[in-house]
Amino acid sequence: MNLHEYQAKQLFARFGIPVSSGEVAESPRAARQAADRLGGSVWVVKAQVHAGGRGKGGGVKLANSLDEVQAAAAGMLGIRLVTKQTGSAGLPVNQVFVEAGSEIERELYLSLLVDRAHERVTFVASAAGGMDIEEVAATTPEKIFTVSVNPAAGLQAYQSRILAAGLSLEKEQMRQFVALTAKLYSLFCECDAALVEINPLIVNTAGQLLALDAKINIDDNALFRQPGLVAMRDPTQEDDMERSASEHDLSYVSLDGNIACMVNGAGLAMATMDLIKLHGGEPANFLDVGGGATSERVAEAFKLILSNRQISVILVNIFGGIVRCDLIAEGIVQAIRDIKVSVPVVVRLEGTNVEQGRALLAKSGLDIVTADDLTDAADKAVAAA
Amino acid sequence: MSILVNKDTAVVVQGLTGRQGSFHAKQCLEYGTRLVAGVTPGRGGENCLGLPVYGSTHDAVRATGATVSMIYVPAPFAADAILEAADAGVELVVCITEGIPVLDMVRVKAALKDYDCRLIGPNCPGIITPGESKIGIMPGFIHQPGRVGIISRSGTLTYEAVFQTTNNGLGQTTSVGIGGDPVRGLNFIDCLQLFERDDATEGIIMVGEIGGTDEEAAARYIKERVTKPVVAYIAGVTAPPGKRMGHAGAIISGGEGSAATKFAALEAAGVTTVHSPAELGSAMLAQLEA
Repeated sequence: MNLHEYQAKQLFARFGIPVSSGEVAESPRAARQAADRLGGSVWVVKAQVHAGGRGKGGGVKLANSLDEVQAAAAGMLGIRLVTKQTGSAGLPVNQVFVEAGSEIERELYLSLLVDRAHERVTFVASAAGGMDIEEVAATTPEKIFTVSVNPAAGLQAYQSRILAAGLSLEKEQMRQFVALTAKLYSLFCECDAALVEINPLIVNTAGQLLALDAKINIDDNALFRQPGLVAMRDPTQEDDMERSASEHDLSYVSLDGNIACMVNGAGLAMATMDLIKLHGGEPANFLDVGGGATSERVAEAFKLILSNRQISVILVNIFGGIVRCDLIAEGIVQAIRDIKVSVPVVVRLEGTNVEQGRALLAKSGLDIVTADDLTDAADKAVAAA
Repeated sequence: MSILVNKDTAVVVQGLTGRQGSFHAKQCLEYGTRLVAGVTPGRGGENCLGLPVYGSTHDAVRATGATVSMIYVPAPFAADAILEAADAGVELVVCITEGIPVLDMVRVKAALKDYDCRLIGPNCPGIITPGESKIGIMPGFIHQPGRVGIISRSGTLTYEAVFQTTNNGLGQTTSVGIGGDPVRGLNFIDCLQLFERDDATEGIIMVGEIGGTDEEAAARYIKERVTKPVVAYIAGVTAPPGKRMGHAGAIISGGEGSAATKFAALEAAGVTTVHSPAELGSAMLAQLEA
């Protein structure tokens, strides 16, 4: 689950991580009033969307007067902001964050994530702040410094000093950096974060370290014990179909093609998409109905798939292990009748009671194409599309 | 022969009295697995599926001599259950539970270093030695004792590989579902090492997916250490970057973990790759008949 920048900065402030003062606003007038309260003569107005690359997409504006603040907010609120991370549809801007301008001496990069290879929480730091870190990693890996934290011992000051040295920080900034990283590690653990990223972390002209941007992603598996963070969820930033899927405990990801798929198991669901592509078609979605696919879930899955108007065929691929194929077949037939599925449905069933399952589909009188195996299923789906 | 489990393996079930636990334990018993006890805190002395229930894994292990624990405990309590099993002295923990917070697994993996205990999973179908012992949620009837070792990050894709090698007569020595989480127990390399040492295993099927770099590490290991033929498939060629594809670990992030780089690494290591999961069995057969 992603948080907005303003929410991430609220968490930063709560953990004592330095941020510049700012306020969130939902109207141009409120943005102007926020800027007035913040004082000063320079402000930054930032669109609040769950995506990076806002600057290049026109979602970050510098303002030198209250009029400019109001105008910048008016230009962002209510639009869909398109950045290189949002796709062509963009994301709706419902809030802007108005922040006091900072005088920047240096821009650094700092993030925290779970390094899968080391199975530890790991800090990543670079002196090349404000840039795309993946590009820095690819072109100048020597500019990136990492330390991994032993979960029993926690972050040690020497580890922070190693990073600070890599960033060529002066003595005073090194002291601030050691304190900042310790707080950041506490935040990461206490909030069950999957990623915390500050890009850029600046040194201002007064010599203070400051988080100019803040990105936090929370581990979905840990939301059960983070009610305060769940309350920060912004459904307007999520794909409608993906959100409706998660409400029914289905795992769904939208794609651009016209062949919808419904599969049990995440690996098999990905493999089914790949097979469609391999056979010359374009998958419309990833959809895992789960290991224990019931007829109710199958019905919900059909409804979900059919809300995408672009699809021209549905491929159902179920490996019935613990679940019996005859029960799945009944569920499919029932769902097609009840929901009045209007596109051809190709079904590949395998596993327990497969013969009874196929027989049920065959005698249903519905427009169901049965497939003998994976390859046959992909061929028939692509042919019907 | 087989790896890790056989017909003599005595197994306790943590979470036996829960709905999932009792449902799957019943299937394991019907398959012939030597389940010897259940564990549910606070319910010691009860009976479930004809098995004695103990209040702690320590008590269950002391009373039965079990060497393996199978875990169906809900995600919020699973980290505790894994470490309880390790502390009770079992050699192998098979954790089926899905949805454990990743930071819990980071702490579990660090703490497990104190014990001589292997972990399979979490978020996995488990492990099976066909005809001998089924420890997990996989459908037993699709398996057949035989010649191929199977390692997979995905549940239902494991079944595809198993089903194909049963249908073409190869059969399996042991099939291990290592799970779809980013931080987990046994990895490809651990299983490759065990299968390489197992005399009965003639070939190895490896099913990977997007996310992380474990398949790349496995490719390097195979090139240096594995003499048996390996057939590999990676799911997720069409997965968009930055999206979690069902499994917590299946996500392409930071320019890392795409199917293309994994296929390339495996091919460079001399592994036979298939781009359709329907060809896993036939490719293995071709390797072993060659």
